[in-house]
Amino acid sequence: MSKANIYAIENPVTHQPGWIGSRVQEGSENTASPYATVGNIAVPNPRMSARSVNVFYDEKQAINNVSLDIGLNEVISMIGPSGCGKSTFLRCLNRMNDTIDICRVEGEITLQDENIYSKSMDAVLLRARVGMVFQKPNPFPKSIYDNIAYGPKIHGLARSRSELNEIVETSLAKAGLWDEVKDRLTKPGTGLSGGQQQRLCIARAIAVSPEVILMDEPCSALDPIATARVEELIDELRQNYTIAIVTHSMQQAARVSQRTAYFHLGNLVEVGETNDIFTNPKHPLTEAYITGRFG
Amino acid sequence: MPVYFVVLAILGLTTIAYHYGRKRALTVSASSNHLHSLPHYYGAWTAIWCSIPALAVLVLWLALQSTIITNIVIADLPSAITDLNEQRIGLVINDIRNYAEGRITSGEISLGIAAAAKHYKELKSLSRMALVVIVLAIAIFGGIMALRLISPDFRARNTVENIIRGLLVICSSIAILTTIGIVLSVLFEAIRFFDQIPITQFLFGTEWSPQTAIRTDQVGSSGAFGAIPLLTGTLLISFIALLVAVPIGLMSAIYLSEYASARLRAIAKPILEILAGIPTVVYGFFAALTVAPFIRDSGGLLGLEVSSESALAAGLVMGVMIIPFVSSLSDDVINAVPQSLRDASLGIGATHSETIRQVVIPAALPGIAGGVLLAASRAIGETMIVVMAAGLAANLTINPLDSVTTVTVQIVTLLVGDQEFDSPKTLAAFALGISLFLVTLVLNVIALHIVRKYREQYD
Repeated sequence: MSKANIYAIENPVTHQPGWIGSRVQEGSENTASPYATVGNIAVPNPRMSARSVNVFYDEKQAINNVSLDIGLNEVISMIGPSGCGKSTFLRCLNRMNDTIDICRVEGEITLQDENIYSKSMDAVLLRARVGMVFQKPNPFPKSIYDNIAYGPKIHGLARSRSELNEIVETSLAKAGLWDEVKDRLTKPGTGLSGGQQQRLCIARAIAVSPEVILMDEPCSALDPIATARVEELIDELRQNYTIAIVTHSMQQAARVSQRTAYFHLGNLVEVGETNDIFTNPKHPLTEAYITGRFG
Repeated sequence: MPVYFVVLAILGLTTIAYHYGRKRALTVSASSNHLHSLPHYYGAWTAIWCSIPALAVLVLWLALQSTIITNIVIADLPSAITDLNEQRIGLVINDIRNYAEGRITSGEISLGIAAAAKHYKELKSLSRMALVVIVLAIAIFGGIMALRLISPDFRARNTVENIIRGLLVICSSIAILTTIGIVLSVLFEAIRFFDQIPITQFLFGTEWSPQTAIRTDQVGSSGAFGAIPLLTGTLLISFIALLVAVPIGLMSAIYLSEYASARLRAIAKPILEILAGIPTVVYGFFAALTVAPFIRDSGGLLGLEVSSESALAAGLVMGVMIIPFVSSLSDDVINAVPQSLRDASLGIGATHSETIRQVVIPAALPGIAGGVLLAASRAIGETMIVVMAAGLAANLTINPLDSVTTVTVQIVTLLVGDQEFDSPKTLAAFALGISLFLVTLVLNVIALHIVRKYREQYD
């Protein structure tokens, strides 16, 4: 058991919840979960924290009583087979699920101790604080400059043209794209290569200075070289941002993240230090998945 | 033997040919156990050769027999009649036909005509007999030839495919040829018009009064054929219509595609599209009987001089008519904007309406423009509403409260009733028609070009 796991549970193999987990589950009405999360869902200094989150699409439950903290300046990866709810959970963190009519979210998710599902929280402003990068690169059919300037303009972050120019330049520089595109800022963003488009989307997300960046399989549409470049970028961004990344590639999770959460059929099965999860999985399902017995 | 009997006979022969073709294919392959195509392709091949040449000859025969017989009869007529001019010969031929078929003739029948009628009758029955014999012979001959060609190596499948493709090509070219035919016929009449009226007067003249007198001493004998007042009238009404239709259509499209719930959309969209199903003549009397008086009365209250038939009334109602074009096409292109772009915008923290204004509409704009242009060409070509609501006076004005007239209205008035087709007055209709056609053609080409360009964007 890792030293960092200060709240570690005594006997994970019997699926007895640790004390944080048990307190959450006592408070929740939903006790149908066949799994109690193995490992330590909490961190000492969470940027975001989810407690007893249930998500329903109409009557169908997609997420079952998931509690998870996302620590400051850490990269947490969420892995699991297709349909396990990891993307749905990610989309709860910036309320992107609000745009789906039939989707219903229960439970509590906080960002810096503010409940993001409370009435006083504006979902639109929340999304400026919790940015998102999508599976497929989706630059706007506008110029590279306008792609980056879109967010700052909407939120009034720049008072002058020169400030806006600066935001665009620093965002592109942080995304490692500035040198490649500085001579073609007026060309359409859709004309870039797939990897460049994805980094453009990351730059677009950083341009509004979010606190957290959510990435939903950001490399699944990219070739290995572009993937390596994006992974490098994620590691650099960790200095300033908190990142939650959903990925299908376990190697990627191992390379970029400090903590890993394993989802299975809407349940958070196991969470822990990435190294521990991959070298010493506690739950049989996690072990089966990372050793490739299903997936 | 009536014609449909022949057709039935050909169909019967075709069925038999199919059966034998299939059977023969099985026979010829029995020894080697090898056949290039499935047996029914050989049946189809035989059936095609049995039916299509025979039917083609039948159709051609029926199309040409009357002309040929008439020409033979004319050739045999005494020179006293053949020397007459074309119209008179036409009358004589009519008499001959009517007499031969026992109908009422134009008057006393001379011996010559009676003889010609007898001749006509004989030729006709001969032709009928020959038709039956020849067509059936062709059907049988074609079937037998096809049967003889069948061998295990014969590629019936490919051949039948080619014949089917040929049939499809013929069908699609009928539509194209019809279009070309219409354009050419209008074009030739227009050229006849421009022989009498200089094209510069037509294109740049500012006065339109097509009433030419038959005799020079009549009042109003001077016709004026300047199309400018008609074109401005058309453009004015279309402009008003677009002013109504584009904002309303676009906004309802945005509402339906972006905000409305699936249930509301399922109800509202068909209702909106019913607007497109209302006959334009109904819109026409709605415009003339309800909207135009309303505009005149409310204009009167404001102290404005409004004529009882105004461009505004016609334009407003026409605008309502083309709302479904704009909204339905815009709705389609807005829905075609990928959800990923909306997600991207929402994910940055844009509101729903910011996303629509700054991402969705710009991305859909080329398609929306295409839809608007299609609606515009529809407005320019619209007739019934303007006939009823816009008036006939060819005023050169851009005041929407005046009555104006449009190209289509003038075409209608020029061609309604008894007309002589060699005066510039009637021929002017064709010149107007071809100019209208050119304008809408250009608009359609631009619209289609824009729409196609837009389609490529997300592929």
